[in-house]
Amino acid sequence: MHILSTPWPWYVAGPLIGLTVPLLLLLGNRHFGISANLRHICAACLPAKIPFFSYDWKKESWNLFFAGGILIGGFIAVTFLAGPAPATIAPQLETELQGYGLSYTGSLLPADLFNWPALLTIRGLILMVAGGFLVGFGTRYAGGCTSGHAIMGLSNLQWPSLVATCCFMAGGFIMANLILPFILQL
Amino acid sequence: MSLQNIDTDFEVVSMPATTTTTKKTPWWSQLQFMAAGIFFGIILIKSEVMSWYRIQEMFRLQSFHMYGVIGSAVVTGIISVLIIKKTGAKTLYGEPITFQPKSFNKGQIFGGLLFGFGWALTGACPGPLFAQIGAGFSVVIVTLFSAILGTWVYGKLRDRLPH
Repeated sequence: MHILSTPWPWYVAGPLIGLTVPLLLLLGNRHFGISANLRHICAACLPAKIPFFSYDWKKESWNLFFAGGILIGGFIAVTFLAGPAPATIAPQLETELQGYGLSYTGSLLPADLFNWPALLTIRGLILMVAGGFLVGFGTRYAGGCTSGHAIMGLSNLQWPSLVATCCFMAGGFIMANLILPFILQL
Repeated sequence: MSLQNIDTDFEVVSMPATTTTTKKTPWWSQLQFMAAGIFFGIILIKSEVMSWYRIQEMFRLQSFHMYGVIGSAVVTGIISVLIIKKTGAKTLYGEPITFQPKSFNKGQIFGGLLFGFGWALTGACPGPLFAQIGAGFSVVIVTLFSAILGTWVYGKLRDRLPH
């Protein structure tokens, strides 16, 4: 159980994530890609006669079960497989965040940024509400997310997925280094 | 040509002609995908891939961790897909495994950049959003709803966006 409860190194986690690709293919010719769920939820709840949401989402419902599983998996991991020691972060990052009054507490998300009262602050609104909107809008515009393009698309050697992955990274670099410092000061 | 006839979405098989599975399956057969999701969710937490800090380290080049995870995942995926293609492997239920080529459109650039912005802000792509909620960060439900809204707005504006 000790192995299970400590944080897993990249060379264990990466191949396991990669094995999700053949696992889903062998289980039913399903192509790994999680952001599609957001489209299925729109198609199921509020299609509003929009052509993009007018399709038989029930045929794709496996993906909703998969997302439900991720949620349960998250619960199991923190409840039964929690590690004894908190994770460490890069010292430069810790110092930078301290400059914005954010102390590192060993949690996976900064508790000072991601909490319910923070939704009423400009900083919290940008991080959680605007950030979430960009994740939903951007992944569908790109036709996939980290799993659909960066893992599944690249596994199948699709060059459009490489373009998308490079743009994901470019967007992240721009935001984290050039824009986020100003947002965190708010 | 109307955009409605062009499939830009590579995760959703929305065109009837390309729908692969025609066989009726009972709902409980979907539970196998839930089991796969549980497996994936545990990895996301235990590897800290869904940690806001790990994402910040990645975009600041302060840690190799995320690059190691994504890189080794892609290598494993490439080898797996290659083996499946070479051996002509079928699913556990004897159905053929198929691959569709992806075509390029400008959405992969514009959408990719916008998603990158959101990824660095929230510290989460769609999979980790679900894992964060499961891990007890209840406020991430708001982020998830916002992502669903973003998806809906994209669907609404799709014809007017450059692709």
